[in-house]
Amino acid sequence: MSLETRETTSVGIPGGGGALPRKRRFGAETLFRGTTTAAGTVVLVIIVAIAVFLIAKAVPAIRADGSNFLTEKNWFTGDTPPKFGVAAIAVGTVQTAVIALLMAVPVSMGIALFLSHYAPKALANVLGFMIDLLAAVPSVVFGLWGRDSFAGPVRDLSGWLHHYFRWIPIFGSDGPYGKSVMLGSIVLAIMMLPIITSLTREVFLQTPTANEEAALALGATKWEMVRTAVFPFGRPGIIAAVMLGLGRALGETIALALTLGGTYTIALDILGPGGNTVAANIANHFGEATDMGVGALIASGLVLFAITLVVNLIARAIIYRRREFVGGSA
Amino acid sequence: MTTPPLIVRNANQLHVRRLPAWAPPVLTVLAAVAGYVLVKAADIGGLALSVVIAVLLFLVGVYTAATLIEGRRRAKNRVATTLIWSAFVLALLPLVSVAWTLVSKGWAKFNPYFWQHSMNAIGPRDDAGGAYHAIVGTLEQAGIATIITVPLGVAGAIYIVEYGRGFLANAIRFFVDVMTGIPSIVAGLFILAFWVYFVTKYFNARGEPEKSGFAAALALTILMLPTVVRSSEEMLRLVPTALREGSYALGVAKWKTIMRIVLPTAAPGIVTGVMLAVARACGETAPVLLVAGGNNAINTNPFEGQQSSLSYFVFEQAQVSTKFAPPRAWAAALTLVVLVLILTIAAKLLARRNKLAR
Repeated sequence: MSLETRETTSVGIPGGGGALPRKRRFGAETLFRGTTTAAGTVVLVIIVAIAVFLIAKAVPAIRADGSNFLTEKNWFTGDTPPKFGVAAIAVGTVQTAVIALLMAVPVSMGIALFLSHYAPKALANVLGFMIDLLAAVPSVVFGLWGRDSFAGPVRDLSGWLHHYFRWIPIFGSDGPYGKSVMLGSIVLAIMMLPIITSLTREVFLQTPTANEEAALALGATKWEMVRTAVFPFGRPGIIAAVMLGLGRALGETIALALTLGGTYTIALDILGPGGNTVAANIANHFGEATDMGVGALIASGLVLFAITLVVNLIARAIIYRRREFVGGSA
Repeated sequence: MTTPPLIVRNANQLHVRRLPAWAPPVLTVLAAVAGYVLVKAADIGGLALSVVIAVLLFLVGVYTAATLIEGRRRAKNRVATTLIWSAFVLALLPLVSVAWTLVSKGWAKFNPYFWQHSMNAIGPRDDAGGAYHAIVGTLEQAGIATIITVPLGVAGAIYIVEYGRGFLANAIRFFVDVMTGIPSIVAGLFILAFWVYFVTKYFNARGEPEKSGFAAALALTILMLPTVVRSSEEMLRLVPTALREGSYALGVAKWKTIMRIVLPTAAPGIVTGVMLAVARACGETAPVLLVAGGNNAINTNPFEGQQSSLSYFVFEQAQVSTKFAPPRAWAAALTLVVLVLILTIAAKLLARRNKLAR
């Protein structure tokens, strides 16, 4: 079939260089494009709507608050006038999340390195798969385990720490040891382990083999190779993983509702009965809340939303700024 | 004639001084014994402390021995290797403990009776009841959330990859990432303020706020949407440009190219991402607690009346202080984990068969 006789896709004389099809204003293409654009915009709409509706519900509650919402520690929504504030629970949220991350990050980087560079390949594959599965275990399961099975060992550990290290303020409490910041943050750290590990493992695995081999060829030991090739390459990815872990830890609800003491105090001590977070407070008090109480809980949720939003914005800004240097490893 | 000192005359000159192979195991045994004896003698703790002290002693021992024989750099290498192995073992202990506790405590009630009965009219003294109502709730809520999320998320990803240019596309991409970090409890509160308190009033006869399984599904949608958009976006980007260009060259319109060529190619990867998102959504407790309200009876209608879910059922039973509640909580937790793991494993297996990703 020669070129001359072939039907062209354009409208016009077959075989001739007819005009391109007229671009229709409201054709399928426009419709499809419009639909996908709308779907993409939904994300922006949702974020704005979350802020708007939370603020709309929170403002009346904060207006009715008999004390300062930001500095009051207690949560008496049933009093007249109600007295409640986020001081204690907001500090508790940050405290628990930071302690948990301090424990989880070094260990999960160790596991990630183990899986990416130290373990035999077959073992690493199986274990990596298991870590991914553990990341999918719902938080309520960790909460139940933390409260029913893990509280015993932590009680012993708390007693031991207090006995030998009571001169350090964070180990100051002499009991009774049960639900505490210590228990909550260890459980939270254990929950974070699979999440941070699987993120950082991906990052470590992406290190260019050429860089690693170059380091080894120059006589570096394995650890020096990790320090000079793997870490610098993975740094933005590690920072991103830690920040995402922090975001998750700040919003964690059920596991902490089951393992924290639920008090409204601000204390350095982490062993004694106490500890609370915004999310755990909402979970524990939603059932009994009146209209006033629900408004107050939504107001505290707004604070949590703001905190996590800021953390996430910082994390994303870091990733976006670093992405161009490392080719989008994050 | 004198020999230049650098010429190798026998193989021993090439030999690097290394710690003998028997040294680390011997050091391990020594450290273990020393740790145990030290802790016993000073009476400062139990087995756990002995292990910790033994590991520390081993680190010091290996570092000193290796520094003397092999030099500083190799000593550091040995310490790092030991630390990395111990990080792994340290992390394995609690995770294995969680798995073991879950199976051993959940097994007692992990049976068809439990899956086929609800908690309707079960008193505190009855060793009966099950999770049927909760299973129904979980499946319906996650199902509805998936039905809403998938078209929305995939269409959003298509916009970002195929059409999006300039400010709007950048903003959407950025806020999808930010949305990934929204805590589930905040998503629940939003649906509470928006759907339960604001919208439902206009839809039911009484004109009162109403909690429902559908509201929980909406909250789950908010949690799943960013995950689905992100994973679909990554999969669409992996589709070779040559495929698109080939289609354009044949005169196929852009939208048809996307629907007929790009989407089918990326489909296995997109399905994997969706399944992982569903698995995560199934385990969320907070939204159900806030907007579905829980229910002891079976309610198969997600649009009317309160509903429970497996994760909420676990949380609820965990707070009941009767003899029979904890076994129910553990059995429900085991059921939930099995459900989630089946989804996750299926997703991972599907991902392995995906030709685009590897």
